[in-house]
Amino acid sequence: MLAFNFFGATEGGLFDINATLPLMAIQVVALTYILNSLFFKPVGNVVEKREKFVSNNIIEAKSKLSEVKKLEADLMTQLQSARSEAQRIVGEAENESDKLYKEALELANNEANASKEQARLEIESQTSAARDQLSKQADDLSELIVNRLILEK
Amino acid sequence: MFLNSLLTNFAALEVGQHLYWQIGNIRLHGQVFLTSWILLGALLVFISLGTKKMENDPKGLQNLLEFLWDYIRDLARTQIGEKVYRDWMPFIGTLFLFVFVSNWGGALIPWRLIKLPSGELGAPTADINTTIALALLVSLSYFYAGLSNKGWRYFEYYVHPTPIMLPFKILEDFTKPLSLSFRLFGNILADELVVGVLVFLVPLILPIPVMFLGLFTSAIQALIFATLAAYYIGEAVEEHH
Repeated sequence: MLAFNFFGATEGGLFDINATLPLMAIQVVALTYILNSLFFKPVGNVVEKREKFVSNNIIEAKSKLSEVKKLEADLMTQLQSARSEAQRIVGEAENESDKLYKEALELANNEANASKEQARLEIESQTSAARDQLSKQADDLSELIVNRLILEK
Repeated sequence: MFLNSLLTNFAALEVGQHLYWQIGNIRLHGQVFLTSWILLGALLVFISLGTKKMENDPKGLQNLLEFLWDYIRDLARTQIGEKVYRDWMPFIGTLFLFVFVSNWGGALIPWRLIKLPSGELGAPTADINTTIALALLVSLSYFYAGLSNKGWRYFEYYVHPTPIMLPFKILEDFTKPLSLSFRLFGNILADELVVGVLVFLVPLILPIPVMFLGLFTSAIQALIFATLAAYYIGEAVEEHH
């Protein structure tokens, strides 16, 4: 047994090593087993169960989030195609109305031209008729003048 | 003159006096067991209360115990490594709790008010027997951890970088428990002595900062002891490539 005399102690001292040592070691080993069954195991179970629960929830949330993102992308493409489809329909309708307008304009122009032409022809024929009549009258008148002049002589 | 009075005060502190229990022809330091039983009893009551009704949504004491568990797991995991820390976590945690409760119990409870026929109550870790017991348990643990994990390949550790290391590594097996036990013993005993002497010399106010410093040292020593124990075990189970 190791024992130093320290600070004038008659017995023992600071470095008095005896059976306290092995008994304390046994006590600590026993405490390890007691704490393991009383503290480390039950608390560990609860904490690890919760950690698993949380990590499962995170994984689930992540998969849900990716699903949402996929749906969102899907929706975007659908929206885009619908938008381009609408644009196409609007363009088509615009073209159609343009065509119709042009056709109507042409028709109206033609009609107007035709009636103008007809009017011109009528005017022309009437003018020539009037001219014919005038020249006939002039002939008649000149004949009359000639006759009269001849008769007076 | 001053030195003389100091020495008398030291004598009044009863350094190195023990309350002997005689069982057959073995002798025990009774004051160490008395305080350790009181403190460990309090610890076990505290833990039983905290784990009585475990819920998924921790409240009150359970919260504190879970924090403690997490703290010990982090300590064990960082020092020992992911692979085997689970096997050693209860041992490391018990060392930490035992040293911490002993140190703080010794510093916080006014044991001096309880008169013993011989010696006086105090922190169990201020007795060299306790700290040597803890340090030897650590030594046994790291040998066991190394041998059970790697078999005879454990002894490769002694010649690991080069065979020149062999004497130093063998020496380390002796210095490890020595430094572990004497560091803890010295720190706690010195703190008790400083507080005791100051209380004798200046009973008012002046000892209080030293007492706070003592609480700080006590907590640090518990952490150092547990961390070093875990580090030694981690060193023994580590695979060299």
